[in-house]
This record gives sequence, C-alpha cells and structure tokens, in this order.
Amino acid sequence: MSICELRDLGRIGYGEAFALQQDLVSQRKRGLIADQLLIVEHPHVITLGRNGHMTNLLASEEILRRAGIEFHPTDRGGDITYHGPGQIVGYPIFDLREWKRDVVAYVRALEQVLLDSLAGFGLEAGRVPGCTGVWIDGKKIAAIGVHISRWVTSHGFALNHTTDLSYFQYIVPCGITKPVTSMRALGSEPSREQVVSTLARNFSKQFQREIIILDRQSAIAELTETF
Amino acid sequence: MIDVVMPQMGESIVEGTLTKWLKKPGEKVERDEPLFEISTDKVDTEIPAPTSGVLSEVLVEEGKTVAISTVVGRINEAGGNGASAPAPVTAKQAPAPPPPPAPTPQAARPVAPAPLPPPPPPAPEPQPVAYNAVESTNGPLSPLVRKMAREYGIDLNQVKGTGMGGRITKQDLESYMSAQGARTMAQVSAPPAAVAVPQPPPPPPQPQQTQAVTPIYTSQQQQAPAPVAPRADTARARVEPMSTMRSKIAEHMVMSKRVSAHVTTVHKVDMTKIAKLRTRYKEEFEKRYGFGLTFLPFVISAAVEAIHTFPIVNASIEGNNIIYHNDINVGIAVALENGLIVPVIRGADEKNIVGLQRSVVDLSTRARSRQLKPDEVQGGTFSITNFGSFGSVFATPIINQPQVAILGIGAVEKVPVVVDDAIAIRSVAYLALTFDHRLIDGATADQYTGKVKSILENWSQEIL
Repeated sequence: MSICELRDLGRIGYGEAFALQQDLVSQRKRGLIADQLLIVEHPHVITLGRNGHMTNLLASEEILRRAGIEFHPTDRGGDITYHGPGQIVGYPIFDLREWKRDVVAYVRALEQVLLDSLAGFGLEAGRVPGCTGVWIDGKKIAAIGVHISRWVTSHGFALNHTTDLSYFQYIVPCGITKPVTSMRALGSEPSREQVVSTLARNFSKQFQREIIILDRQSAIAELTETF
Repeated sequence: MIDVVMPQMGESIVEGTLTKWLKKPGEKVERDEPLFEISTDKVDTEIPAPTSGVLSEVLVEEGKTVAISTVVGRINEAGGNGASAPAPVTAKQAPAPPPPPAPTPQAARPVAPAPLPPPPPPAPEPQPVAYNAVESTNGPLSPLVRKMAREYGIDLNQVKGTGMGGRITKQDLESYMSAQGARTMAQVSAPPAAVAVPQPPPPPPQPQQTQAVTPIYTSQQQQAPAPVAPRADTARARVEPMSTMRSKIAEHMVMSKRVSAHVTTVHKVDMTKIAKLRTRYKEEFEKRYGFGLTFLPFVISAAVEAIHTFPIVNASIEGNNIIYHNDINVGIAVALENGLIVPVIRGADEKNIVGLQRSVVDLSTRARSRQLKPDEVQGGTFSITNFGSFGSVFATPIINQPQVAILGIGAVEKVPVVVDDAIAIRSVAYLALTFDHRLIDGATADQYTGKVKSILENWSQEIL
C-alpha cells in the first residue's frame, strides 16, 4: 500500500496554507514526496472559486473587514465559501495517476470519506445529486472544492465541526441557497482529534493508502532539517 | 498543426466546461505549460499544452461545455520551433550537453570534461550496481513507460526525458524507438558498466517532436512498436514516491558529499575498561535512573573532552572563514523505521555520563515516536553515529553539514590481543572519524581520534 503523510497543522492562515499546498503540489508532481493530507483550521475567511460569482457575496468587502473576515479569491472549483474556527479543513495533495484518473470519482470518494466519518459519529448524511458536498436533512455539513493540475489534487473539503454558522450569513454558500449545519448543531460533538483520526481512517480505506500521521511539531521538524 | 482536444477526466465523464484559456491566440506556449482550464463538478483542472508552438486558433470559447475529444484549439508547432523564435524552445533543454559526436551507448569510460579531475580509479563503488533497465533513471516512471521499456527492452538511461523534471514520458520512448529505427537492440542494451558511470553518454539526437503522441490531442500517426529484443523478463520493479524525510535525507547526503572533502580515519580502541565499568554499574544504574547504561555516553563524553584539545573538529566553514563554535552540541544519529534523524544534545560538555545517557534515551525515544521539536534537530556542531548498534564494526559516515566531522563507533567485540607479549582477551571496537579535509588535515584528525581513544582506554571519570 502506498503511503500518505497526514500533517495536522492546526490553525493556519488561508494564504499561508495555500502557499504550502502549492509547494507540496509542485513536489508531488515531480514525484519527490508521497501523497499528503493536510488538515487545517482557518481564521475567518471567505474564498471565491475560479468560477464563482461575486453576487453570491452578500456583504461588501468593507463589512467583511469590519467583521474580521478576510476575503480571498482562489483557484479551486466551486463557488464561494466560508472557512473559520471550528471547521475541519482537509487538503489532500494526491497524485490521481496512482489512484484513478477520474476527477469525478475523486470527488465522490471525498464525499464517501466524509459520509463514513460522520456515520461513525451517529450522523446519517447523504449526497444531493447535482450539489457536490455532504448533506444532512437538506442542510450542508461539508463543502468540497478541488483543483487539479497534472492529476495532482489540491484544495479539498471543509467539514463543519463546531463552526459558528452565523458567519455563513455573509454568503450564499457555493451559490446554493440552502442552509448549512454543523456536527455540533446536530448534537454530535466529538473532539477535533477524534474527527481527524476518523477521517484519516476513512481516507486510508477509501484511497487504499497507509496513513502516516505526523504531529504538528515533527511535521515541522521534518520539513526543516533531517540528516 | 496540432489539435488540442477536450480531455477525458474520468471514465464516466462525457463533457467538460472550458472555463478559462490561459493563453491567447497568437501567444507562444511551451509544451507542458498550462494552456487552459476545465471544470467538472467542483473540480477545476489545468490542462497542459501537448506541444510547444503558437496557439493559432481557439475554437471553443470560455464558458462553453463541449463533449470530450472535441477540438478546442490548435497549436502551430512551426511557430515555436521555426527560425522566428528559436529561444523559448530550448529554454527547457538549455543546459543540454554539447551535441554528441555519435550516439555511442557503450563508451567504455566516461570522458570527463577537461577542467575536471581525472576519473577516479576504478574502485568498486560500495553501492550495489544492481543494473536494471527499468529502475536506473532519474525520477519515477509511469506504469505505462515501465511496461513499454520492459517490453521493448529499452535502456531508459539512453532516453531523454522531456516531461516534468526530466521525467521520461511515453512520447519520449516512442520518439526514441523511432529514432533507433533498425538499429540492433543489442547495441542499446549496453553493459551495466557503461550505465553505472556517473555521466552516461549523451542521448542520441533528439528526434523532432512533431510525431509525438499525448493523450490529449489527436495525431495522425502512431508509431508502431518496433520489433525489438526479447523482453527482459526479470526486470520488474515497483515505483513509490519518497516520503518527505527520505527526499530530505537524499538531498542532504548528496549535498554533503559535494560540499566536503570526506576522509575517514579509523583507530582501534580498547574498550575493556569501559566494558568492565559498565558491567559493574549496570544494575545499580538502571535501578537508580530507570534506563540502561550503554557504551554511547562514554564515547560522547570522550569525543567532547577531546574537542577541548582540538576545537577545529567542532567548527564549520563559512566562505573563507572558520567558525569555531563555543558550544559543543552533539548530534546523535537515530535510525527510524524508514529514515534517519539526528537530534542534538546541547551543551554536551556540561553533562556527565548520567546526563548524556539520559539525553540519548530521551532524544532517541522521542525521535522514534516523532515527538521531537524543531530546535532539537538543529544547531549541532559535531555528530556521533553508533553504527555498531546494528553489528557493523567498520563504516565511513557522511558528515552532517555544516559540520566538519563525524565520529562513528563500531560494535564492541571481544578479541584476542597481544599484551606484553602475551595473548589476552580484550573488548575492542573501531572508532571511525570522517573529517572534512578542506579544514582538517590527517595529522590533526588522527591526533583527535587518538585522544578520544586514549580517554576511553584510560577512563577515570566517576559514573555514579
């Protein structure tokens, strides 16, 4: 089984995480590193996908600034979305040539990882045809947006764990006027660590990868210096 | 003129939306450069140009959804390769070797460029020269390329890769095979010796790329597989990308070999006295501190004490300056399941045997459970490696940059030794010091190692 290194980087700015992803993507393309799964949490930020529409941003940039929310156009698929504290964001940097050369299958697999993980916490979520993401009772609990270059993936998913849902008022999430929800709102509140390790297990199963979990410090130590 | 088509991004996918052209008509484009973007179900994908040239036509506008294999644009290769703009095409291959006089795969000996030192004596490289037509190339290969190479018995060292990072693509193999034409394959599968040399002979002249085939554009002509040698049936391999740690180690090792003038000197050291001390205090030590007593803290202690006499061993080079470090921070090489890390004992000269043993146990335990903090693997001024822990008696370690020396100790073994014209049983080990000859001369290195040896043989420090 090939390996996938999981790095839980904790709270990290969107721009910083984006730069890190780009660096890892370029290394992955050159075959210098194995598949990576970054897990992060962003400070309040609203991001707009390449095909997004500014009309789905309901507040002016000025209002966002006052509310302490960053705004970031980005290159993933999908429309507009919000990231913030309490959300578990996953950025798989996978070379799909070593899995399946199929972008739709990839998105479906991401959904499956989230569905299986939520099921592990007693939440029965499902898909809504035509609306990529993970849904529970007509409410969106996890969003998906992906970028692919030379079959190497970046961006990924955002799972509302204990997210303060009021921040979604500033946008029409992914351009779909449907409500959002979180694990906490549905009465399931495992710790972040529990959710991350469940996600890791389901990633391993879904993508047939051996997940090597690096803690934050050794993740950094390893990136800074080895002999 | 090459057609650019809407690629199929998955089995069930029948169409794609062209969201953005990254080049305008009339603009030059390099092969493999992102040319346009498509969107399918929340996935944005960059599509690279199949060839170099000028984007001559854009047939599908941004925002349009078209069936796969629809021609979305055209690239005029002549525009890129022609006389008008020779520069960009060569950009990727700029540092290419001068045109080879003739493709001679089995040039018996690499002819080094003039300014380089003569080729080293034909000393056998320690690394196994397990020649394998499939494995011996830079960068990973796609399964398709591996399969083709195996089937047609192609020595991939002879193929110039034009993909990302010099990666060999299917097109490269096809071009190579068509260039080879009727040449006998016996000639191509050169003997291992020719391949194992550092500088493989330059590849045969690059055939024009116009007939190359990539999955995303249509081509009129597909090169039929040339009749070739019997398949190399034993050539089987598995390709796996390196972990971050592996690639860092690889980078560091090669960098160190390039930077420093490595020389290793080896002294025999009589560890009998230490072995006896160890036996005497072992139980008491373990009871008192909760961890065992090994040979390593003695070696560290002796190495550190000897540094006080030969501080140049604890130095580094910066430009034309020698930096003598006041701190003695000793890196200890710790083997991990699939890697190696060198945590650092800071202020090793301030610690006694108990303190050193405690640091070794603590750092190696946390290294193995990946609990080290970033600053615990930085700032080393000298390193020690205990290759004896896996039974080796003799090795030549690589310097941990930017340090200038590393001391290794082999396994301690009981051997018969002549003492005062009588044969005695002594516990003996080899101490190997690899030093950077740019800064340290053999005499100094041997005096230093001799000092370490003498401290170990005449151990006088209290242990408990």
